[in-house]
Amino acid sequence: MNELTSFWSGWIIVISLGSIFGSFILLSVVRKGQRFNSETEQTMGHEFDGIEEYDNPLPRWWYWMFVMTVVFALAYLALYPGLGNYKGLLGWTQESSYEREVAKAEAEFGPMFAQFSQTPIEELAQNDQAMRIGQRLFANNCAQCHGSAATGSYGFPNLTDDDWLYGGDAAAISQTILNGRIAAMPAWGPMLGEEGVHNVSQYVLSLSGNETDVKAAQKGQQLYTTNCLACHGAEGKGNHLFGAPNLTDNIWLYGGSPQQVMQTIRNGRNGQMPAWEGILGKDKAHVVAGYVYSLSNQ
Amino acid sequence: MRHEVIEKNMGLMIILIVVAISFGALVEIIPLFFMKQTTQPVENLKPLSALELEGRDIYQREGCLSCHSQMIRPFRAETERYGPYSVAGESVYDHPFLWGSKRTGPDLARVGQRYSDEWHRAHLYNPRDVVPESNMPGFPWLFENKIDGNDTANKMSALRMVGVPYTDDQIASAKTEVRGKREIDALVAYLQQLGTVIER
Repeated sequence: MNELTSFWSGWIIVISLGSIFGSFILLSVVRKGQRFNSETEQTMGHEFDGIEEYDNPLPRWWYWMFVMTVVFALAYLALYPGLGNYKGLLGWTQESSYEREVAKAEAEFGPMFAQFSQTPIEELAQNDQAMRIGQRLFANNCAQCHGSAATGSYGFPNLTDDDWLYGGDAAAISQTILNGRIAAMPAWGPMLGEEGVHNVSQYVLSLSGNETDVKAAQKGQQLYTTNCLACHGAEGKGNHLFGAPNLTDNIWLYGGSPQQVMQTIRNGRNGQMPAWEGILGKDKAHVVAGYVYSLSNQ
Repeated sequence: MRHEVIEKNMGLMIILIVVAISFGALVEIIPLFFMKQTTQPVENLKPLSALELEGRDIYQREGCLSCHSQMIRPFRAETERYGPYSVAGESVYDHPFLWGSKRTGPDLARVGQRYSDEWHRAHLYNPRDVVPESNMPGFPWLFENKIDGNDTANKMSALRMVGVPYTDDQIASAKTEVRGKREIDALVAYLQQLGTVIER
């Protein structure tokens, strides 16, 4: 599929070699008949504004440098692919050069990753070397959302605080990284109405000891029991199964001001963690899982 | 021919210079137009949807190309960071190419599906909200500007003339598909499909 037709292959060969030989012949022809050694007082015979040109030969070093470029070009075209479909004596290709580089790295790092992948995540978190690798993988792939210190930002969870949406044990972290997560907090605005949203937000805020409007919170509690309890639980402790956050710990992914909590209830939230198995592969994801585990389990 | 004739005749000299320097193009560029590796799309490559196409135009308009390349070279250091190296068949429907040659920010050839839509929106609004050390500018106006879609169908017809296989249906529905959408949604749609055709 990557071959050129013989016409275009011939086209490239003829023009390339033709140019090289052509310029060499041109150089030789021009040089012919010139004296090589002694400098001359004789001029070329033309003059402009009083400026004349001596009829001296091309400097010898210049000539030989030109010859060398011709030799280099021919040697290069003999060794490397360049002349149409001719593969070159070395058999070099861009792909094989890449694959050699990867194979070399695989030979060096493969056994190490194989050993890491056999180590349980909890134990891996104690392994200095693995954690240094994990930290770099995290910086390259995860820090864009979770921050280089893994402390997260608005909408992107902090991974250092031991508060987990989908669970903080080794298996849950590993699952989250490999397969990703999509949160499914529905929009309750249409269902509850603006007043209902306000009341529920007051109740939710009261769960973590914030100062709230007691009456509104009481009304909100009823609405909470019928609508929110299924995911967030009777006590508001959340549920790792659905990624429903704990509402009692005063840790807020989307902000804990009354307005922000109302916004969350009104419009819902669908935070998404992409799946990384396809990008990182199992072994590296395992090391990253160990690193994330280590952040809150020192 | 005496050299003097060329030196004293500008027109002739220009023609001969063009002939001399055209050899490089004749050998290095022209044959690529007839090489399957560069002219055949990779398996499953689809033309951009109307919304993605508008996103691509916004990508060009905002000059993303000045800082982000879309070209992963076949070196391990690059494939470790970005994913499999780029191949010519992925760019067959790109007119013009957005390969770029300057990386102030990271390469984007395989950024698709790497981060969530929400991350892209937060990041494009103000990059420092999610990446404090970033020096990328924010693009808040993308959240206000709406696409009217008046030119979308024409753009697709033009692309079809240069070989992008849009169907009549796609072109006919282009305007309704994009009309009223925010520019940010088009740009995110474009970014999220980048490099997703190749199996990782």
